[in-house]
Amino acid sequence: MKKTYILFLILFILSITSLFIGVKQFELVDILTLSEEVLMFLTMSRIPRLLALIFTGIGLSLSGLIMQTISRNKFVSPSTAATIDSARFGILIGLIFFASSAFYVKTILAFLFAFLGTLLFMKLISMLKAKNMLLIPLLGIVLGTLIDALTSLIAYRFDVIQLLNSSLVGDFSLIVQGRYELLYIMIPVVIILYLYSYQFSIAGLGEDVSKNLGLHYNQVVIIGIALVAIISATTIITVGNIPFLGLIVPNIVMMIHGNHLKKNMVPTSLFGAILVISTDIVGRVIIFPYEIPIGLSLGVVGSLIFLYLLLRRPKYVKQT
Amino acid sequence: MSNKLKWSLILIVIVLALLYVFLEMNRNAFSYMFPRRLIRLFAIILVAFVVATSTASFQALTNHHILTPSMLGYDSIYLLMQTVLIFVLGSTHPLSSSSSLLFFVTLIIMVGLSTILFVPLLRYLRHDLFTFLLIGIVLATLFRSVTSFLQMIIDPNEFSIIQDRSFASFNNMNVSLIYIAYAIVIVTTIVFQHRIKELDCIALGKSQAINLGIDYNKATTEMIVMIGILISVSTALVGPIMFLGLLVVNIARSILATYKHSALILISFLIGAGIILIGQTLLERYFNNMIPLGVVINAFGGLYLLYLLVKEFKRI
Repeated sequence: MKKTYILFLILFILSITSLFIGVKQFELVDILTLSEEVLMFLTMSRIPRLLALIFTGIGLSLSGLIMQTISRNKFVSPSTAATIDSARFGILIGLIFFASSAFYVKTILAFLFAFLGTLLFMKLISMLKAKNMLLIPLLGIVLGTLIDALTSLIAYRFDVIQLLNSSLVGDFSLIVQGRYELLYIMIPVVIILYLYSYQFSIAGLGEDVSKNLGLHYNQVVIIGIALVAIISATTIITVGNIPFLGLIVPNIVMMIHGNHLKKNMVPTSLFGAILVISTDIVGRVIIFPYEIPIGLSLGVVGSLIFLYLLLRRPKYVKQT
Repeated sequence: MSNKLKWSLILIVIVLALLYVFLEMNRNAFSYMFPRRLIRLFAIILVAFVVATSTASFQALTNHHILTPSMLGYDSIYLLMQTVLIFVLGSTHPLSSSSSLLFFVTLIIMVGLSTILFVPLLRYLRHDLFTFLLIGIVLATLFRSVTSFLQMIIDPNEFSIIQDRSFASFNNMNVSLIYIAYAIVIVTTIVFQHRIKELDCIALGKSQAINLGIDYNKATTEMIVMIGILISVSTALVGPIMFLGLLVVNIARSILATYKHSALILISFLIGAGIILIGQTLLERYFNNMIPLGVVINAFGGLYLLYLLVKEFKRI
């Protein structure tokens, strides 16, 4: 528990720091006096950005944790299970067929496709009864590449490649008031994830065992995938793609804390938020006053950590 | 090898090449169009040869028919090195303003780096296909992220220069490099000719190859260097092509059950040239470049790779 408090403290300090970074500089005194201008900057841009960072960090790392539990594989996450690529395919369908329609139609389509894509992937791996630790993420990445190629094929045909590419790289710099509220949907989703955590743990024991224990296995898996799809679709629409976040955060937490799902949920979400905020701060400072999108900086950090996880694996797990 | 197959494929490729050059030719603009199409034809032929040779050699080295050098990030190393060079030197430096000089320096650095990276990877992970492939894919993602990262921080003028130079594709071939590319490929092929002959033994596996009198470590290192050079050439000419090698070499393998790599390379080369020529002719002349050829090849290649992985999985 002590570690959790430390994580909370770090998150708090980083959040305050995040509020103060940007082209418009404030002093601490400005906050205390709260002049109108400062208040406007805070409520229009800085606070929405901070909230979006926290929601994304928590949502994506928890969805990685749930997917890893259900699929019983440490290398599964929205970016290695075709979820993100399917969501982009959904956005493409929205752009082509419902070009004039509202934001929420795109969101629903992204969610629907993310859900179907992930379900397809889960069916594929359970059909193959794949036991090899690495074949599963590999299949997911290849399936994702395939969906991605299909997406760009259609996008080229309808000349929407540029519109679509804006959802390719995660970027918080465009988050202002009115552009992030969709992310509030994470709050109920995270609560539901927490409520179902024991069911997910049991589902993680495998289909046979969990049915034996009286669990509606398929129902629980579908709920899990649906929640993950909601999280992935809302982040990709508001922020863009943040690769590998859902993969590395749960793995790092599990290295320290072990595998108890419910106990891991709080540290995982805190650590996810901390990682996202700190990467964002670095990206904002490094080429000040410009910014490096978080999709790129976390792409670099994330793939390095992923490589580390891959290479350290044989030391304690025998290849099956 | 059956000579009939060889000659009929050669004939088909010649016909396709003629079609590529002369189809929809405007008589009045002949003197303008003819040399331009001819030089693109030469580029296509070279790329097909390079892809076939590098993929077949790489598959022999790794003993896996699923792997291609591009899937493990060779192309992205090349693009990264080019971006780093322009980033460090600036676009006004004499090196980055001459595209052939830039190509040459990038090639040397890329060969060095890929050798340092892939020789140990190959040595320790060859037996573990899935780890090898996954590490390769993650490395490729990493290099691509770093490339875009650097392109973000380069100022816009320099970025447009990089974009001009490094985002080659079949639609936008970098034909200014064609002569130097041909020279490099011919010299490389002659220098490494004896190693290509040894591929038949290397493909049997390490112990057998050593038993047959091959200096295994030296041979594999030299092959890695050769693959690095070849991939640099094709990436510089037409940009990254992820899955073409996977498709052509495996198609060749399925029509020609052979252990002889020289035959395999020749047939893969002819098939690859045929595929690119058909695709390019159709897309350029009749579909008005609606979709880039690379995207089409990626879609088919991705599907094929998925099929291969599932098959591989069922085998174990």
